[in-house]
Amino acid sequence: MRTDLLTEPVDGLTELLAVVDAFDRTLVNGLLRPQPAQAAALADLADALAAGPLAAGVAGAAEKAATGAAGEEHLMLLAAARGALLGAAHDALAAVVTAATGRTAGTHPAAAPAPAAPLNVLAAARSWLCDLARAGWQGIDHELVAGAAPVVSAMLPDPALRRLAVLLDGFAAELAASCPGAALERVPVRRWADLWARALLLTQPGALAEPPAVPVTGRLLPLGVDLQEHATAAQAQVHAVFEPADGGPSRLVRASVAVPKPDTVVGAGVWQLLRPQCALLAAAGEGRAMELTGMALTAAGDLHWQDELAVAGEPADPFATARVALAAAHAAVTPPLERHPARLAEPVFLVGYAVRPEDAVGPGAGADQEVGMHPENGVRFELAGHQLFVDTDRIPAAGPLTPAAVAASTACIGLLRWDAGRFVLQPLAVETTVKKKTVAVHAGGWAGGTADKLGVKAEKAATEAVAVLRERAGRLLRK
Amino acid sequence: MLSEVSSDEQRWGESSTARVLAPARVRKLAKVPFVELADGRLQGVVSSGSDIERVYVSSVAAGDHAFACSTNNNRPCGGARGSFCNHILALVGEAVLQYGGARVARYLKVDAGEGEPTAAQLSSAMRAARPSAVPGKELAAAVFSRFLRHLAYLELAPSTAPLPELHWFPPTRVAVA
Repeated sequence: MRTDLLTEPVDGLTELLAVVDAFDRTLVNGLLRPQPAQAAALADLADALAAGPLAAGVAGAAEKAATGAAGEEHLMLLAAARGALLGAAHDALAAVVTAATGRTAGTHPAAAPAPAAPLNVLAAARSWLCDLARAGWQGIDHELVAGAAPVVSAMLPDPALRRLAVLLDGFAAELAASCPGAALERVPVRRWADLWARALLLTQPGALAEPPAVPVTGRLLPLGVDLQEHATAAQAQVHAVFEPADGGPSRLVRASVAVPKPDTVVGAGVWQLLRPQCALLAAAGEGRAMELTGMALTAAGDLHWQDELAVAGEPADPFATARVALAAAHAAVTPPLERHPARLAEPVFLVGYAVRPEDAVGPGAGADQEVGMHPENGVRFELAGHQLFVDTDRIPAAGPLTPAAVAASTACIGLLRWDAGRFVLQPLAVETTVKKKTVAVHAGGWAGGTADKLGVKAEKAATEAVAVLRERAGRLLRK
Repeated sequence: MLSEVSSDEQRWGESSTARVLAPARVRKLAKVPFVELADGRLQGVVSSGSDIERVYVSSVAAGDHAFACSTNNNRPCGGARGSFCNHILALVGEAVLQYGGARVARYLKVDAGEGEPTAAQLSSAMRAARPSAVPGKELAAAVFSRFLRHLAYLELAPSTAPLPELHWFPPTRVAVA
């Protein structure tokens, strides 16, 4: 991989993000009574879109918002404008990733029509989000934030609305814990604007359209498991190389399984909820390939996993897959509405690096700082004089991989991401040396179950927690 | 050093995946199946020690620490007349296990000094201000319905359709202060 490309400045990105940041800051005070600085930021957002198809609409919306008179349709346009800028940022960064990995990028076909969604609940979500934008993060209180709960409860059982429900649920929980906003010491400005804008766009009928899928047959070689979670939802994505039986080019694909959960189900308990839905988690944990027959695969590289269309195959070491098959696999394409830098998650394989402490700056810096190493705060991999930050905090706690193992590693399978102005590596698995032998340690090593002593203890505690909740639910929940 | 701190702060503000909430810590749920910091209160559900069909709904408000405790059938708790009953003490204890003492203290606006106060320190700091009991009937109904909503999450089916929005929610190994 050409890590040198990852540290070079991307043309126009700083200027673009400055416009986004200025807009995001308007949401801190809210758009009810905009100050001159907020009006200027809104005008700059409109200017940035002046050459695009949204130009006229965004200019009008920015003017309305600057006078404190933005209606839902205006806020929707501002969210779309912000999304268009971050979509452009995504494309520029994705081009860097493609150049660095030398991978062939695909093209995206038109989306399939979205399933009909109940419009009233989408309207309720939109109305709550617009109230938030008017109040601003510093204006939130318990009453305002509580408005999300009935919307989320109405949406969660509907699979077609699950995406928006899970987003609103996680967002509202953060806001609720941050009330009253007037007392906030610091605000996650980019993050909350991201969540707000994305949720607002998803309330637009048609936005939940799925990319078209075609049935595929062939061999699936797992690379690693990416776990994502907030208090009341979790998702595991298995990244893999798919080799079609028809001899076509191999492809990078993902299989996902997600579940809403009570906030007290954590760690190993999350794997227990996900495990029964997806035999691939066990296969990935055991280092096995799977043979797929007629399983739907979207152009975005997402398999719509169905256990009945997959059987366990031969042993397949993810590091062998990473060394032999990863470089030639064709990349997946992000669907148009999902384009955002936070969505980049490109599987990469790194070897031959030196590990440096997180605060080391410049080539060779920190080479003699073994003593000052705090792997739990992150480390850097140095390759050919270029450094890549490794986010060890992202490693799920319920698994055998640890920050210390990453710091002692000699090879790494990871996801290349981008956040807060830099490329970041999320480790999925490492090779490290134990008693002069090379061993592989996987972040998702406990996904399918484990015989590890610590793992067994965590599994038992999680089983008990769920048993208590089910007993309480059985006794108290109205049937 | 100062510039280093501010650059970390700046990075946090510019991060799409900035960690805002720490995940709940593992705790045993048998005695207190539900605890939350919500609606300006520490509130939750405490299983009765004697009757398996009965639970107590207990709460302490942020700021004035006004408290309430009654059963799911709206009978007032005999122990919560003048001061915190054992159910409320158990609730504070489990909240500290789940969220950490500092977060509970901050939410309830308890002045318990620097660092991570223990449950005992929190409870005695709140009791020292002689908080008053408030009628628990309406409160109990609201908290109990939030508990049922919480339990209903176990009934929701998993799905293998991708949820791209969860890219914004990475796990974290550290407790967010």
